Amino acid sequence: MLATTDRYFPNIARVVCLLIVGAALAGCGINTIPTLQERAKASWSEVLNQYQRRADLIPNLVETVKGYAAQESKVLTEVTEARAKATQVQIPPDILTNPEAFQKFQEAQGTLTGALSKLLAITENYPDLKSNQNFLALQSQLEGTENRIAVARRDYIAAVQDYNTEIRTIPGRWWRALLYPDAQPMQNFTVAEETTKVPEVKF
Amino acid sequence: MASEFGLKPWRLGAVLLALAAALSVLPAKAAEPTFPELTGRVVDDAQLLGPDVEEELTNELKALEDKSSDQLVVVTLPSLQGYPIEDYGYQLGRHWGIGTAKLNNGVLLIVAPNEHKVRIEVGYGLEGTLTDALSKIIIENAILPKFRAGDYAGGIEAGVSDIIKVLTGDAAEVEDRAKARPDADEPTIDWLMVIFWVLMLSWIAYSVYRNARYASTTGKGRGSGWSGPVFMPGPGWDSGSSGGGWSSGGDGGGFSGGGGSFGGGGASGGW
Repeated sequence: MLATTDRYFPNIARVVCLLIVGAALAGCGINTIPTLQERAKASWSEVLNQYQRRADLIPNLVETVKGYAAQESKVLTEVTEARAKATQVQIPPDILTNPEAFQKFQEAQGTLTGALSKLLAITENYPDLKSNQNFLALQSQLEGTENRIAVARRDYIAAVQDYNTEIRTIPGRWWRALLYPDAQPMQNFTVAEETTKVPEVKF
Repeated sequence: MASEFGLKPWRLGAVLLALAAALSVLPAKAAEPTFPELTGRVVDDAQLLGPDVEEELTNELKALEDKSSDQLVVVTLPSLQGYPIEDYGYQLGRHWGIGTAKLNNGVLLIVAPNEHKVRIEVGYGLEGTLTDALSKIIIENAILPKFRAGDYAGGIEAGVSDIIKVLTGDAAEVEDRAKARPDADEPTIDWLMVIFWVLMLSWIAYSVYRNARYASTTGKGRGSGWSGPVFMPGPGWDSGSSGGGWSSGGDGGGFSGGGGSFGGGGASGGW
């Protein structure tokens, strides 16, 4: 009878070992890289989402402003063009690890931010426009969207910082070498959105 | 990097360890504002409200939560610590975790009298109901006129009542949200775990079976003594329900957030 249990023991031990090893691996960070990678990607989607939302608001805003301030055609054209450019920027699937594409995206959005704040600054000169309900609603939506963009960018920056730190430091570095050789460092926003803004001019 | 200085291996190890320790501190985000304690549904740190107003508001806010599960918190701050109110607001909402983790249905009404700023901070889940435009309208029409006249309590009360009106305005939607609340506690089955355990068990059964056959064909004993993997750790799917549960105490001082998150929705105003 003893002999029987002895013979079965290795089998059970194998199972137990497997379980323990599995738990230990999960505990010491084997999952950290994919987890952080997914978090960074999700944050990036939110950034794109909010930029898209802004782009969707602009045609309406331009139309409304045109009704009251048609003579500001230069600024209006600038906004329309910047929007077209920003929405036309190709977003390759590897944008997060492709510095050039990322830089291009960032610049296009930065230009649009600048043009938009110029447009909002000149609207100050048109009291009729400023009291238009439609414009007020659009303006508050745009403000909210800019704010969401700021939050989404900050979340993305934090997520990428965590991820990049993980793959560049031990033990994440070892896990990457061993299991996730495809995990590349991700690009982060280099220029603060605020600095690309044209300073507001009040007349 | 360390080898340039001709360090001995053990020293190199020590340097690496120190580096690791330094880096483990780094990800802690620098320059975060400090937040007041969530003492209740009305956190009046700037002392703008009398005790009776505070109680009245607390009751209104509790009634709102009971009805719709939305958490609305009024907070007055003596200082924004140099941050824009938009910046401070969403971080405060996340810090407190107002709203449920599943629905993110929290709202903050933030008043900073010294900076002359007010903000309605809307959680992710309510951005479609309490939109930026509606928040702006509430601020401009209900709150700011009273604030400009120096009537903080009146402005806050008017703002709260308007926010509640918007949140409970669409009856069907409010019901949906209220109904969704019990689900938050329902355990979800992690199908990957189930598959894993099924495979695991069948593999064990198979190897036991093979062993038994081997034992019986070679006549070195019979496998009947084994009746299954008795000391397997319990199946993992009871751990499937994830995320912070609904933890608002409701009554009296036991109020706390449910883990809701914020993404910058809402509107601000100044006077």
